[in-house]
Amino acid sequence: MRLTINGVPRDVPAGDHETLLAVIRERLQLTGTKEGCARGECGACTVLIDGRAAYSCLTLAAGCADSAVTTIEGLGRADALHPLQQAFIEQDALQCGFCTPGQLLAAAALIARTPRPSEDDVRVALSGNLCRCGTYPKLVRAVMQAAEMMRAEP
Amino acid sequence: MERFQYTRARTIPEAIGIGAQATTAQQGAPVRFLAGGTTLVDLMKLNVEHPTRLVDINHLALNAIEHMPDGGLRIGALVRNAALAHDATVMKDYRVLSEALLSGASAQLRNVATTGGNLLQRTRCMYFRNTAMACNKREPGSGCSAIAGDNRSLAILGTSPQCIATNPSDMNVALAALDATVQVQGSKGERTIPFRDFHLLPGDTPHRETVLEPGDLVTHVTLAAPRAGATSRYLKLRDRASYEFALASAAVIVEVSGGRFGNVSIAMGGIGTKPWRMTAAEQALAGAPVDEATIVRAAKLALADAKPQSENGFKVELAQRCLAHALRLATGMAAS
Ligand SMILES: Cc1cc2nc3c(=O)[nH]c(=O)nc-3n(C[C@H](O)[C@H](O)[C@H](O)COP(=O)(O)OP(=O)(O)OC[C@H]3O[C@@H](n4cnc5c(N)ncnc54)[C@H](O)[C@@H]3O)c2cc1C
Ligand code: SF4
Ligand code: FES
Ligand code: FES
Repeated sequence: MRLTINGVPRDVPAGDHETLLAVIRERLQLTGTKEGCARGECGACTVLIDGRAAYSCLTLAAGCADSAVTTIEGLGRADALHPLQQAFIEQDALQCGFCTPGQLLAAAALIARTPRPSEDDVRVALSGNLCRCGTYPKLVRAVMQAAEMMRAEP
Repeated sequence: MERFQYTRARTIPEAIGIGAQATTAQQGAPVRFLAGGTTLVDLMKLNVEHPTRLVDINHLALNAIEHMPDGGLRIGALVRNAALAHDATVMKDYRVLSEALLSGASAQLRNVATTGGNLLQRTRCMYFRNTAMACNKREPGSGCSAIAGDNRSLAILGTSPQCIATNPSDMNVALAALDATVQVQGSKGERTIPFRDFHLLPGDTPHRETVLEPGDLVTHVTLAAPRAGATSRYLKLRDRASYEFALASAAVIVEVSGGRFGNVSIAMGGIGTKPWRMTAAEQALAGAPVDEATIVRAAKLALADAKPQSENGFKVELAQRCLAHALRLATGMAAS
């Protein structure tokens, strides 16, 4: 099947029964996307499908043939971090980091739609992403900071 | 997940044609329509559903919210829950629906979940979801593990000795209060089903949850014109403030004039085996003064027929309080 991941069209030898999460991690070796619960209850597998946050564990890859999928590998680069990634580091918004890729993409979808979010907007937008380390207050601070950084960018 | 044949339907007749080859559209159906997949893929991974054919309906032209000449609203089956909740008309004229949708699941799920899929989502009863356990809904005749088991979250209205599972949808509760209709296309043509007739009580056949037959495709859900001057609200009570199913929820639509209730519509969720209309409470409220005593009396009446299970007796009072507070919110007796 043909999938467009992080802007690059790729032919992937995957079966119709494979989830987007399995294809991303196991066929494309893009292991930034995490598998937590595998049943829509944690948010670790969050990706953007046509700009909207979705759980890749409940999405069949075959259904994404005409869509643009963004994974955490497509958000920033090691030498040019996305403002969200920069803000997460500065606010220390992670401990183990397992939930972080999903948190970042859920936050990116929020800021794209709501460039000036309230703290409550952030809490609602991230409420589909559980953090077993309990970094919730820092997550909110980091997303607020990143939104401000992104508004200030030319 | 078991293997299946995947087909992307290009037209409605094509989807219906494949669906009609099946022997049932209920539990165990060998052909399933794939919408958002947030119920279906989950249950396929758990091996609770194992269709041999999946018909992807996401590319059918059922994605619009249309204003009808009579002032009503026609919602395509593929309209996503997030899009419906944030639609300007729905937020203004059908607030109860917007609030119900936004109280459900998470942003990621609402982005993907569809109107038709939400209508048909399956119970969250943990024994239904676990193939190692007896469950009459999943395997007719095998028994019900919940009646003598963990039934804290299950139903107190509409139960049978065969099944006590709740319909978990928030959207369905709002649609029940709104007297929505469901448009279906099947191999015998089109038909319109009143919302109250769409879902079935478990009775002796808990594996049959709706009136849908093989090949039936839900195409639209239609709302009547909003009642002038009515206020509507949805209140959901649960174990945590987000990303959790209801223990009790209430959708209320009230008209008030001269300090008295006019027409009132009430439906409740989290407590019934299907979205539950509260007719006796509605009748008790109509014409009665808008005050605390009336509201509390109606809320008690609403739950008069409740039959708690071994672990969910708390739901009776919880539901009464939920309904009373929803009525306070809708009448302005309580804020926010
Ligand atoms: C972790 C989690 C938490 C959740 N929390 C809540 C909550 O708090 N409140 C709530 O209300 N819901 C909640 N949900 C459920 C969610 O709302 C449903 O899974 C979703 O609405 C189903 O829509 P879908 O489009 O993904 O359906 P699908 O999974 O695609 O389909 C569901 C069923 O409907 C059939 N179907 C779909 N469309 C049609 C059609 N047009 N015609 C005929 N048949 C059709 C499919 O064949 C399938 O059998 C939660 C789900 C998860 C995973
Ligand atoms: S309550 Fe219904 S769904 Fe749950 S175990 Fe009993 S029969 Fe199955
Ligand atoms: S792995 Fe997908 S939501 Fe948990
Ligand atoms: S940082 Fe460990 S799960 Fe969130």
